[in-house]
Amino acid sequence: MERLNTINELKALRERLKVEALRPDRPRARVCCGTACVASGSKRLVERFRDEASKAGVDLEIVKTGCQGFCQKGPVLRVEPANIFYQRTKPSDVPHILNYTILGNTPYRMSLYRDSILTEPIPVIDDIPYYKKQLRIALRNNGSIDPRNINHYIAVGGYSAIEKALATMSPDQVLEEVKKANLRGRGGAGFPAGRKWEHTKKAPGRIKLVLANGDEGDPGAFMDRAIMEGDPHSLLEGMMLCAYAIGAQYGIIYVRHEYPLAVENLSIAIKQAEELGLLGKNILGTDFSFTIDIREGAGAFVCGESTALVASVEGERGFPRPRPPRLSEPGGGPWGYPSNLNNIETYACVPPIIEKGADWFLSIGTKNSPGTKVFALTGKVKNTGLVEVPMGITLREIIFDIGGGIIGGKKFKAVQTGGPSGGCIPEEYLDMPVDFDSLTSVGSMMGSGGMVVMDEDTCMVDVAKFFLSFTQSESCGKCPPCRIGTYHMLEILNRITSGKGEDGDIERLEELGRKIIKGSLCGLGNSAPNPVLTTIRYFREEYEEHIYDKYCRAKVCSGLGVFRIDHEECFLCGLCKQACAFGAVKELRDRFYIDQDYCTKCKACYMACPIGAVKIEKQKREKVPASGTRQG
Amino acid sequence: MSPKVDEKIGHVGEILTERQKKRGILIQALHEIQKEHNYLPEDVLRRLSKELGIPLSEVYSTASFYKQFYFNPRGRNIVRVCTGTACHVRGAAKVLERLEEAFNIKDGETTPDLSMTLETVGCIGCCGLAPVATVNEEVVGEVDAKKIEEIIETVKGNGAG
Repeated sequence: MERLNTINELKALRERLKVEALRPDRPRARVCCGTACVASGSKRLVERFRDEASKAGVDLEIVKTGCQGFCQKGPVLRVEPANIFYQRTKPSDVPHILNYTILGNTPYRMSLYRDSILTEPIPVIDDIPYYKKQLRIALRNNGSIDPRNINHYIAVGGYSAIEKALATMSPDQVLEEVKKANLRGRGGAGFPAGRKWEHTKKAPGRIKLVLANGDEGDPGAFMDRAIMEGDPHSLLEGMMLCAYAIGAQYGIIYVRHEYPLAVENLSIAIKQAEELGLLGKNILGTDFSFTIDIREGAGAFVCGESTALVASVEGERGFPRPRPPRLSEPGGGPWGYPSNLNNIETYACVPPIIEKGADWFLSIGTKNSPGTKVFALTGKVKNTGLVEVPMGITLREIIFDIGGGIIGGKKFKAVQTGGPSGGCIPEEYLDMPVDFDSLTSVGSMMGSGGMVVMDEDTCMVDVAKFFLSFTQSESCGKCPPCRIGTYHMLEILNRITSGKGEDGDIERLEELGRKIIKGSLCGLGNSAPNPVLTTIRYFREEYEEHIYDKYCRAKVCSGLGVFRIDHEECFLCGLCKQACAFGAVKELRDRFYIDQDYCTKCKACYMACPIGAVKIEKQKREKVPASGTRQG
Repeated sequence: MSPKVDEKIGHVGEILTERQKKRGILIQALHEIQKEHNYLPEDVLRRLSKELGIPLSEVYSTASFYKQFYFNPRGRNIVRVCTGTACHVRGAAKVLERLEEAFNIKDGETTPDLSMTLETVGCIGCCGLAPVATVNEEVVGEVDAKKIEEIIETVKGNGAG
């Protein structure tokens, strides 16, 4: 690749690539090679396509794209020019797709998407309900270009924002545009990126850094991974624009070690950009110089916190540091240099803002939260994957229209947003428009955008316990409120879920939670009690049932409830008796029953019963010892 | 030594002192050692501490903070069960239970013959396919009873050979 020395050379290259790369008339299969689709076998699909195409003598272009979002139905692919979307494709489908679609320009019915087996299949991607309501800004190129080919990115209009900025805008104008667009940090708190940039710009000192936070530790969120893997150049371009606006010279991307493909694709992207002269000294012949390095984490959730990330970049333990100084101030960033830290998704939103203007961005989403947000829709919904929607969409639209509702026709119970720092939102708020402020007002938060849907089979106390055990084990241990407080909260929750809850436990949890939030040094501790506090707020009766009735309505927690065999349903297979290790299932001539004196409530019989005749019921609310209630 | 440090620290090395550079590459160096030895052997850490001029206690302090560094040899096969939120609600606990039972080790342990290490991981970002496990580098999605048995077979097969 030849180095580009002027802005016009980049322009000329783009014009040339528009014609040469991704030619519209050439048959093309865009096969998703995101992590999830690779796990479902997309690599084999690519090979088969290559074999079959060469056998048939077709000049087929195979584009190995990043995540296309519909992970549940993987491996997914799009065939052009007919623009037909295939899902759950097996290598044995490839010859058919080649015959029908690439040679015959008609859909191959067997691999098309269907809502259910009773409805007609949908061939075109834009008609599929999962994609219909989506609007892609941060993920604009994800799933359509090859992330390892810079030419693809340039051909679809990449690096035209930095070109525009370098050619026609001053750094202040770029900053103004981002400020005007009111782009809020996509990493969680929603702090306006423009204001952050301005702080860093104003900080004294000649040397400044641009940091990208790719330490996506929230369980249940993977949008940053998708961008780093599927469209790394848009992250690089966003960081370049930031560097240009604030006058920074060095960039660092901090990536989780758990994302090896992201590291690989980013390294390739940086290398390609350097070869083209888009990174390095005197970019495109201007006096703007900027370089980007990658730093890998090593498995610590707390390193997603800004000051801990700085410590980790410096090679220290990932301990958060007291603020001030903020990162944007001298002494705050790595090695003391003022730095601007944003999330991956935030940077990916910057190039379109510069290209199309702040007014365009402001026209999308809500007044206080313009633009779109990528959510990782997971849990008990039919369609899981990445969805990018305009802010202001309701939770109901996301879960039921895009997600297709709950698996198995069960009842919706709650949706958890914001990962371990967020909270659980009950059914009553399903019609609430989603943006940064609305989620905060109901006690949750946007977080990085994880959205885990829970149905009636999910126990809210167990979920709270799950998140707390996560934050408890990830607490770095620096400050006692977080280290000791979460430990105690977890102890209480363990007690409650194993049937040893006491009167006053709920109040103790609330008090501890409030104190941890107040007393902790960093964001991890400040938000760790959120899942517990919101579940208490909205699902208090479930906590009470666990404590007073010794009963878990979702039947998740073991050691709770009274076990009984329904004789109407039981067909006397005897599996429960075999399963019971304690001899509590007794056999009479015509029926089985559970002897409560021996029952340890281990749920073995409940799991063993093939027809669900073993019932778990509420204990009577009276002060008798657990073994005192005899039932036949 | 110095050119190697410069190469690892990257462009940002231009603005750093020698000491900052050496400290800055510590985590990368640990990753490399682990890649080679599959854990962090004491003698190699001692050597690293001398080369970088960082006290051994500091090296240990940093390495022990991060979850991905190990001080004991690990198995030839590494099975990780994702216990992220989505996997949790879709039954990751049962997957882990079955694997623990099959190999008679607990989460975080290695079989005595070093054939396999069982671990849990916070989230590997494949939530769409929950529950997920990884066998060495390969991701296995939508793990069900059948797939668990397949994993067990694979590992037992690899372990012997």
